[in-house]
Parts: sequence; structure tokens; C-alpha cells
Amino acid sequence: MAPEAVVAESASVPTARSESLIPYFLVGCYLGIIFIKSEVASWFRIQEMFRFQAFHMYGVIGGAVVVATLGVLVLKRLGTRSVLGDEIVFPDPTDRSPSPQHVLGGITFGLGWGLLGACPGPIYALLGTGLPVMLFGLGGALAGVWVYGWLRPQLPH
Amino acid sequence: MMELITQPWPWYVAGPLIGLVVPFVYWYGGKKWGVSQSLQHMCAAVLPRRIEYFTYDWWKQGAWSLAMMLGTVAGGYIGGRLLSTPDDVVAISPATRADLAELGIRDFSGMMPADVFSLETLLSPAGFTLVIVGGFLVGFGARYANGCTSGHAISGLANLQLSSLLAVLGFFVGGLISAHFLIGIVL
Repeated sequence: MAPEAVVAESASVPTARSESLIPYFLVGCYLGIIFIKSEVASWFRIQEMFRFQAFHMYGVIGGAVVVATLGVLVLKRLGTRSVLGDEIVFPDPTDRSPSPQHVLGGITFGLGWGLLGACPGPIYALLGTGLPVMLFGLGGALAGVWVYGWLRPQLPH
Repeated sequence: MMELITQPWPWYVAGPLIGLVVPFVYWYGGKKWGVSQSLQHMCAAVLPRRIEYFTYDWWKQGAWSLAMMLGTVAGGYIGGRLLSTPDDVVAISPATRADLAELGIRDFSGMMPADVFSLETLLSPAGFTLVIVGGFLVGFGARYANGCTSGHAISGLANLQLSSLLAVLGFFVGGLISAHFLIGIVL
């Protein structure tokens, strides 16, 4: 049993420096708990945000941006290498210039966010809380992505 | 201690905790954190149909993102079932509650109103528009803009990307239209 398991494992790993997926799974768990416990996965909170009737959602997103910005700044300053020993390549802020896709895609996403009341991360978290109706929200999102991929050559970018 | 965890978490706890994911994912995998690409990977895995956007090695590029997705579902279970009580009510502002009641929302328990978000009402005009059309626009728009709340509003802004700022402004234009006009039409 044990030798077979070892063979199977090494066969499924294409390169010697492949990373473990377990930390990603755990970060997902961490996020799912936060999305639910901070209520950012709540349709009510999204309506409240778009009506400017409470600070909560702005505080969550703003707090996340501040900490993420500081974190990225620290990594850049220290020149930290990734766990696998690679140099971390941060996207160049100027290499993706603002273009029609950001405006048009952004507005489309916002229309959906205001209706469904959940963006992709919270969709997954809500599924985990046991809301079968969100399977249809996810199905809609997958259909939307597929249709985008299909129409992509015709759309302005 | 358990009391503190089972209560809803304030923004000044949740926001910074979410923000930490960005440097972690850069440090652990050298990747920019974004959730909506997982939807693209699922399409690429299941129904690529020789469409260029879906023809790539989805496992090599997307396994990390799909692992995170599965984790988020598990986290939703932990947060929603183990760390919450079933009758938790989201403490939205009285003004929002009054506005939504005027639109016909009666059920204010749980994460979303059962009046609209249930299998029974899925094919009503409100249910179909909010759940299915809303979901479709979330998916379509997120990939068209090349990112959603995580990839643009958090990771992108943290990297000072102008394109992300533009996308976030777009999110708000769309969201304001939905919340102030579209929802009132279908509810």
C-alpha cells in the first residue's frame, strides 16, 4: 500500500518544485469563515453598501486594501523570495493600462453584484452554509463566464 | 472567547484579515490573488469547446485557485453552521431595512431574504432576475473586467493599478443602477 501511494504521488507531480495545494485550501477556509462572519456574503449588506447607509462594507474593503498595500510594500522592500525560492513578480502597475474592458466589464460585474448580492468568493462561502439556491447563482456565473469566453473576440477590449 | 467568535465580526477585524491574503499568496506562490479566475478554470476543465479563452492547461494554471475555492466552501460551512446560530439576523441599518421592506422584502433572517432567494421563488421574476441573471452578470463582468472584488478592489488597488481603480468605479456604477433601479422593478 505505502510504496504504491508514493509512486502515485510522484507520478501526479509534474515538476520537482511543485507546490502543495493544502495551504490554498486552508486560505480558502479562512476566507470562507470571514466572508460569513463579517456578513460581506450577505445580500442585505450589499444593498446597504450601494445605498450608502452604513460604513461596514467600506470598512471591510478599505481595511483589506490598506493591509494588502502594506503587505505588498513590505514584500517589495525586503525583496522577499517566494516559498519555492522564486523571485516574486508583481504586476507592473503601468503594463495594463486602463481600457474599455475595465469600464464595460466593471459595470457589468457591478450590475450583477447589486442583484445577486454576492461576488464570486461569497458565492462559494454561501454554498458552504447550505443554501441550495446559490447553486443556481453559481450556475449563472459559470454560464456568464462561458458566454464571455465565446463572445470575447467580438467584444471591445 | 467563543462569544467573540460567534458574534458577527466588525469591519476592523474582517477587513485586515482579508487583506493579509494578498501578501500571503504572493509570498507562498508568487501569485496575484483573485477569486473569479476559478470560474474560468472550471469552464476550461468541463466545456472548453475549442474556445481560445478556455484552451489552456487549467490544472497547471488553476489548481491553486480551485483548491482555494473548495476551501472557501468548507469555510462557509464552518462559519455558517459551526460558528453561527441559525436565527442570526444581519444587523443592517434601519434605513436599509425600511427601504427593503418598502420593496416587499419580509424575511430579514439569514444572509439573504428567503422571499427571493429560495428554490420555490427561483422562477419568479424577482428570483430569476436576482439569482440567475445576477449570477450571469457577475461571471460575465468579472472575466470581462479581468477581475472581481478580490482581484481589482483588493489585490489591484494594493498594487496601485490604475486599471483596477477604473474597474472598481465601474463596479459602483453598475451596483448603484441595480440597487436603486433594477431591484425596484422586479421586487
